[in-house]
Amino acid sequence: MSANTAMADKYRNNFLKEIEEQVEMGDWVKMCMQCGVCSGSCPTNFQSAWEHPPQELFMMIRAGKREEVLTTTSMWNCTSCYNCIVRCPRKLPITHIMHGIAEYAHRLGVAPKMQPTRFFSGLFWKNATKTGRVNELKLSMGLYFKDGLVQGIKNGMAMQAVALGLVKAKRLNVMELFGGHKCKDQKGIQSMLKKAYEIERSRKAARMAG
Amino acid sequence: MTEHVATNETILVVGGGISGMTAALEAAETGKNVVLVEKTPALGGRTSQMYRYFPKLCHPVCGLEINLRRLKNNPRVRVVTLAEVSGIEGDVGNYTATIKVRPRYVNENCTACGDCGRAVETSVDDPFNYNLGQHKAAYLPNAMAYPQRYVLDPAIIGTADADRAKAACKYNAIDLDMKEETIQIKAGAVVWATGWKPYDAAKIQPYGYDRFENVITSVEFERLADIHGPTGGKILRPSDGKEAKNIAFIQCAGSRDENHLRHCSRICCMASLKQTHYVREAYPTDGKSTIYYIDIRAIDRFEDFYQKVQADPAVTFIKSKVAKITEDAQGNPVCHGVNTEGYKRYTTPHDLVVLAVGMEPSVKGINIPGHIVADSSGFIEADPANGAVFGAGCATNALDVNRAVQSATAAALRAIQVVNKVAKSEA
Repeated sequence: MSANTAMADKYRNNFLKEIEEQVEMGDWVKMCMQCGVCSGSCPTNFQSAWEHPPQELFMMIRAGKREEVLTTTSMWNCTSCYNCIVRCPRKLPITHIMHGIAEYAHRLGVAPKMQPTRFFSGLFWKNATKTGRVNELKLSMGLYFKDGLVQGIKNGMAMQAVALGLVKAKRLNVMELFGGHKCKDQKGIQSMLKKAYEIERSRKAARMAG
Repeated sequence: MTEHVATNETILVVGGGISGMTAALEAAETGKNVVLVEKTPALGGRTSQMYRYFPKLCHPVCGLEINLRRLKNNPRVRVVTLAEVSGIEGDVGNYTATIKVRPRYVNENCTACGDCGRAVETSVDDPFNYNLGQHKAAYLPNAMAYPQRYVLDPAIIGTADADRAKAACKYNAIDLDMKEETIQIKAGAVVWATGWKPYDAAKIQPYGYDRFENVITSVEFERLADIHGPTGGKILRPSDGKEAKNIAFIQCAGSRDENHLRHCSRICCMASLKQTHYVREAYPTDGKSTIYYIDIRAIDRFEDFYQKVQADPAVTFIKSKVAKITEDAQGNPVCHGVNTEGYKRYTTPHDLVVLAVGMEPSVKGINIPGHIVADSSGFIEADPANGAVFGAGCATNALDVNRAVQSATAAALRAIQVVNKVAKSEA
């Protein structure tokens, strides 16, 4: 991480260039003409959830507002509906850029830790890669207890009816809490992932080095 | 208007709008023989469908009248209406164009008295009013149509209505046996001035042009404001005929959009600024215009026009491209989007929404005979590979009337040089 930070420092005065080089699809940011169709088309009510709508983020990047952009929760709220991509008059891949910025902020370790999307992404990844199968019970429990024991119990109580319904319909198995189902070749999965991490690390290191 | 034989010293002008008329007249006034081919029954093109021009807000009747007078006085221009070029063969200085001429069913005896129009019972959509209204199936294309002659809609041919029209005519002007003809015309050079068409607004799906009656295009709004239009010059909305006093203008409807037209159509900002004057004129005390824009491109010297509209308290500018339009229970179109100044969401109902639609070249998608080089939007490029086929006016670029006339004059000059070479009067 320190190497990353040092490298990023080099670009601190030119945030747009940094985004172009480090963020997937980041080279599209300069193409935005600030028409506002992306945020107008966004199905999330970004005014409550999004601090900055996409075209504002693009403008902030161009204005060099590094700290604000990388630490905001805004791009984490993207639901990947692709409405903005479909409608963008300049064909910017806005959804991908949102995920790209989020991923870069995460890579730098400055992304808001408890932002639900980010938290859930991490949880899901750990959950899925551990056994090669998603353990839905543990996944939802993990999300319920994100903000502590008391809140977790409250969340669980609120969803009780849904959970019971799922159990009755055999869509949820309580026994999953103890171990749960696994894929046959867990070692194989782990070594595949290890290799993938290696490839990604070397590719990103190369990109970070410019 | 005398009939002259077309030779390879003739200039063929395709399209009888302001550009084609200008190119034809400029060439003819230097002594060249010109054949002017027009697809519709009358000259004038989209210019004649405007209520007013910017920046001086004068009526196009005026400029067209001058050109029509020049045309009537000039024996060197032969006008062929209801005619479309279907093929061009040959090379620089020696072209042969194949032209399909549709029947008008009315001959030169017509005095435009209107008896046939009164006798006929069928009504058909009126393309001069962008189909907002209907006219009789025996009609004068518009009040100042040239040639000033009636036309019979092919829909009534073979019906009792056609016989009624024929019986009503005192001048023996109706000829129901006219057939489609194909003629060939020789020419040394061709001026291609087929102009533009409004971008099909229904393709901009989120704006609901095809779903909401009170979402119209800027060209349709011109007809609403015009005294010769379907509402007699009253700005009434199509759904219920209510006075439209709170009008939204949406800029870049189709233009500057990779999903639609990739070019800036250049005229739409000025057109909307101009149309705010129509609103003010129709409803001086309580008319309200709202312009939704990305950036206002008041071309050329027209920045002062923009500033004057900005100073008008009845006009609001909102820096935002509207994301979508819905309709409320009262039939009001509601604009949804985000204002880029402050990044606030808005949901604003209006009486009427006018989409400032872009200019699409008419030549786009049709096969211009003779391998014409076009740019990525379909406008004709000035390219040596085009030989002596020269684009003029909006066939070459998104232009206002002023610039279209300049472009047409330039094209006429290029064509003149070619036929001079053919005549060996120029090296």
